[in-house]
This record gives sequence, C-alpha cells and structure tokens, in this order.
Amino acid sequence: MNTTILKIDNISKQYRLGLIGTGTLSDDLKRWWFRVLRKPDPFLKVGATNDRSKKGDSDYVWALKNINIDVKQGEVLGIIGKNGAGKSTLLKILSRITMPTTGMVKSKGRIASLLEVGTGFHPELTGKENIYLNGAILGMTKAEIRKKEIDIIEFSGCQNYIDTPVKRYSSGMRVRLAFAVAAFLEPDILVIDEVLAVGDAEFQKKAIGKMQDISKGEGRTVLFVSHNMASVKSLCTRAIVLEHGEMVFDGNTDEAVSFYLKGGADLIHHRQFGNSINKNVFQLHQISVKNINRSIDDVIVEDEAIEIKTVLSFKACNPEDYHITYHLFNEMGEAMFSFSNTEAPLKQGTNDLGCCFPKGFLQSGQYFLSFLFVKDRRKAIHIEKDIISFVVADGKRDIGVYMGKEPGYIRPQFNWYRLHD
Amino acid sequence: MHTSKESQWLYTISSKRKLIDFNFKEIWQYRDLMFLFVRRNVIAMYKQTILGPLWYLIQPLFTALTFTIIFNKVANIETGMVPPFLFNLAGISVWSYFKNCLTGTSNTFSANAGMFSKVYFPRIIIPLSVVITNLFKFGIQLLIFTGFYIYYYSQGASIHINKLIFIFPILVVIMGLFGLGIGMLISSMVTKYKDLKFLVGFGVQLLMYLSAVMYPLSLMREKLPRFAWLVEYNPMAYVIEMARYMLLGDGTLSWGGFTYTLIVTLVILFSGIVVFNATEKRFIDTI
Repeated sequence: MNTTILKIDNISKQYRLGLIGTGTLSDDLKRWWFRVLRKPDPFLKVGATNDRSKKGDSDYVWALKNINIDVKQGEVLGIIGKNGAGKSTLLKILSRITMPTTGMVKSKGRIASLLEVGTGFHPELTGKENIYLNGAILGMTKAEIRKKEIDIIEFSGCQNYIDTPVKRYSSGMRVRLAFAVAAFLEPDILVIDEVLAVGDAEFQKKAIGKMQDISKGEGRTVLFVSHNMASVKSLCTRAIVLEHGEMVFDGNTDEAVSFYLKGGADLIHHRQFGNSINKNVFQLHQISVKNINRSIDDVIVEDEAIEIKTVLSFKACNPEDYHITYHLFNEMGEAMFSFSNTEAPLKQGTNDLGCCFPKGFLQSGQYFLSFLFVKDRRKAIHIEKDIISFVVADGKRDIGVYMGKEPGYIRPQFNWYRLHD
Repeated sequence: MHTSKESQWLYTISSKRKLIDFNFKEIWQYRDLMFLFVRRNVIAMYKQTILGPLWYLIQPLFTALTFTIIFNKVANIETGMVPPFLFNLAGISVWSYFKNCLTGTSNTFSANAGMFSKVYFPRIIIPLSVVITNLFKFGIQLLIFTGFYIYYYSQGASIHINKLIFIFPILVVIMGLFGLGIGMLISSMVTKYKDLKFLVGFGVQLLMYLSAVMYPLSLMREKLPRFAWLVEYNPMAYVIEMARYMLLGDGTLSWGGFTYTLIVTLVILFSGIVVFNATEKRFIDTI
C-alpha cells in the first residue's frame, strides 16, 4: 500500500490579470486602429498604470507555486485553505481541465473528478438516460454503467421516477441521482470538491458513509477539498494546507486543521493590556480564552470545556458595589447571551477569575466578547466592545454521523435522568 | 496495483504542447459517450415539440418549394431534364447537412463551457457527436427525397441514378469533415470573439448562394463567366454538383473538382484539429 500512485511534481500555474482581449472583434479592431493612429487605447482602464517597466510583475499572478505532493495508494488526502488559496486550481489541473504553467503531474491510475455533481444532466432526458449520460461523462463505459444501474437507482432513492424526465425532479432528487452516479464510479483516484455540501442531513450522512467505504474499504485514493473541518478530520488520513498558492503545511490531518485555523483569522483570544485600561477603580491586566486542559497556543475545539480567564486589580474600597459582565456575540454580530461574575465577587487587590463553558456548549464558529465594568448592578462605567475574539473549531466526529452544524446558537448538554428507576 | 517502483506512469499532465495531440485510443475509450451525446441531441431536439422528428422533413420540403417557385417559376432558372422541385430538394438536403455540421460545431466551446470547466473528456467528442447527429437528420431527409424520387420516376421524369452512386457515402463523409473542419476553426475563434457567432449565421447563408444549390454550375459559367470563379473555388459547389450527378444523373462530374475538394477538406480539417487542440487547452483560462 505504500507505492506512490500520483506524483505532483513542482506544479505552478500563472494567470494573467485583467482581460486579454476586449471580448468582441469590433472592439479589438478598434483598439488596433487606435494604435495605428497612435492614439491612446480607448479600452484602457482609467487610473490603471500603463508603465511598461512595471508590467512584468503586476500583470501576472501565480495561482499555484511549486506544489510538490506524493500521494500514496489508498491515501485520503484533504486539501484545505482559504478562498483563493489555489485549491480549485489544483483540482482543475489534476482533473485535466486546465494545464499547469510549469511542472508535471504523473499518475498511475485513472483519475475521475467530481467538481460538481450532475455535470451534463439534460432536463429532457429521463433519470435512467441521465445516469448513462452522466456516467459516461465521468468516464465510465456503457457496460460498466449497466452493471451498476440497479445499485445506482437504489442508492439514489428515485426508483419511482427513474423513467420521468429529470426536469420534473425536485432539486434535491436531482442531486441524489447525480451523487448516486458519482458514488459508483470506480476510478483509481477520485478527486472531490465540496460536493458533500449538497443535500439534506440524511443524504449527507449517506454520502459521507459512502465516501468512507470508498476510501477505507475499497482502498481507493481520494483527494478531497472542503471547508468543513469536521468532515476533513473524519475522512482524511493526511492533509495539506494551501495559502496564496503555496503549500504551507503537509502532514497529519489534525495538525493541518489547527495550522489552518490558527493562520487563518486575525483573532486575539489572548490579550495583555498593560496600562491601556487603567481607570480610577480598576485596572484590566489580561483576558484569555482557551480549552480548559490545553495550552493557550492550541486551537479551541467545541468538544472540550472552554475557560475564560480575567485578571484585573480592584483599586477602590467598595468591591461589593461592582461586578464585571461579558456580552457574547456570534460571527453574525448577534448577541447570544451575557454573563457576570455573580458567584465569584470582586475583591480588593488582584482578582484572577475563571469562567467555564461546559464542553459542547458553544458550537463551532467565531465569537466576540464585549467587556463591561458595572457599578451598582445598573450602570456600566466602562465598556470595551469586541475586546476578545476567538474561534471554536469542530471536534472530531464519528463516521456516519451528521457533519454539518446543528440548528440554534448554543448546544447545552443538560442533565438527563430516568424518573422511575 | 503496480508492484515495481519504476512502473510506467499511466499518463502525465504538463504544459508541453504538441502540435497534434491526438490520442485515438482515448477517443475510442470514450466512444460510448459520443453515442450518448448523439442520443441526447436527437431526443432533446424533438421532445416537447408538436411535430417531433417531422421538423426534419418540413424544413427542406418548404425550402425546396420556395426555391422552386422563386428561382424556377419566377426567375426561370433551367434545371435541364430534372424536375425543378427534385433538383432543389437534392441540393438543399445535401447543403443543409453541411450547414448543420458547420454551425453545430462552431459553438462547441461557448455552448459547453459549463461542462468543460467541470470534467475532462476528449473535447473532440462534442463536435464529432454533432456531425453524427446531423447524419441521422440527413438520413431522414434522404428518405423523403427517395419518396419524391420514386414519385417523379413513376410520372416518367427523365431521371436516373448514376452508377457512381457508390461514391456518394464518401461524398457525405467529405462534406461532414469539411463542415467539421471549418466549424472547429470557427469554434476556437468564437471563444475569443463572441460576435463571430452572428457572422457565422450570416456567412453560411451567403455561402449557400455560392454553392450551386439552386442552380447548376454550368448555368453560372454561361451567364456570369466573370464571376464563375467565385463558385468554382468553393469546394461545396463541387460536392453539391456531384451529389446531384449521382442522385439524378444530371450535371457534370469533374474528377479535378473532386480532388480539389478532397485536398481542401483535408487541409481545413487538419488546421481545424490543430487550432482546436490548442484552444481546448487554454480556453478555460481565457473564456
């Protein structure tokens, strides 16, 4: 199982910025005519620099630069990165849709790519006819499809409508049918781009399960691009992180996900304030957010308890009149709840306070905390908006379970018990 | 699974460009896809239409009828011993096969950009499937032609099938390849200039008047000797003239014209493939 099946050898891809032609023959002719008359180019963008010496380094952009990956037989490789990091370009090169500018990809197996489900579906054809057409587009022969036809139809759950034109299908059914065809592809290497983001929860579960069978049971090599860290963590045996067209991490999936999440956002989940918030009654020293049993440098995950630590000194002599309150906002800026230090009242001198959210309480996502210093339980004498922001990452989930986000803002784990035991 | 480490790579993807990168083995592997596209084209064409495949017949019949009235009854163009309607029907059926091949393949890239940006298969499958789909249409039109042929024959018209009819399939292939070649050349340019689409529609119509569809080549030579070269340089004029000669026994057959047509077709087809090959590799980045 240790032979290299796919070798990505120093791949780079360059794109030229802006329009190459104006898009119509008449405009190109006009441009040419203006050049003959030695008049300025009528289609040049106003404000754009037309400095010849600068053109070389400003007109071109490297979408991918010197990517080297050896993919082993049976490996499930996750490719993660922010928008514009070059993930799709890499997949397009591997699927032979576009050519690399330099470098070479060598493959020992047939590559089938799923950049979209249902490519080439024709609305006038029946479900069955589309199975054949779509299968053939994905590289299967008629005989191969015929062998799997019954399985495909069964997996899609569209038995009743298989002889109905696809235009009468609901969009969900169309996706199911399309995914079913793709699921029965038998290439040596499967390249998948976020297709799991489609369909309802039940179908997602089915799809991920099938993906797992493909990679684990059947020993197929899979390259998988996704923004869903939960599915990357559960499916992939190895992951790479792309950033601005360059590969910045290659290795263990969990480490890759942490690397990606840390490098990603401009988040401050740990702050020392020095002398910046120094008032008459109090001075704020430090606020930090982390998983309770982890170090401050680790990624915060949803399936462990989260601790918010506040360090401040109280300088007046009536600490019982004051307390601190936090407001928690989600990434949409919606206020989720507020919480105060009622159980650990302030004291004179240095206060080192902790507050703990139980595990699973905060769902994965980005959060912002606002800090309020309140007097007499009614007047905020000091407010710091968005003083801290932090990201909670998906935990590892079991295979076959739902990979998406649960509804609602929080997921408290309440106390359940039997009433008659 | 390969056991030896130095085993051959199945294929490589790189920026290396060969002038002709024609992988016949791969095209053969995708033959099923080609026929499924043909099937899709045929089904999609008549689904949700009232008359269905009848449209294949109505179009040439009414065009032939119009031509007969305008060119033969009003303008008095002589068609020799052949009934004018049959003369026109033969010309139009043959011409429309060429026309459909050309226009159908000329928008290969723009019409399939969505699919081409998502999945790989040899792109030439699409224009090939268009040519085969049109062959199916042409077959139906030939049937209706045969019907009228029998009718006129029984009425005592002086028509006979020439013994060279066995070359007719070769002629059809040449015509298809000629349309394919021009279509592929244009398809590459349409990716860059969208307005060429309109030029194609208009240009093809003009070309028809230079292709001896509604008049015999001899008539052009006789009436407008100064401009006859325009028609004589057009390979399609020879194709149509030859087709009529084979089907109706009227007109002329020049082996020089046949050779000329064959050479032009091969040159156009070759350049079409070269340009198409170059385009299929870069058009996703530039479209």
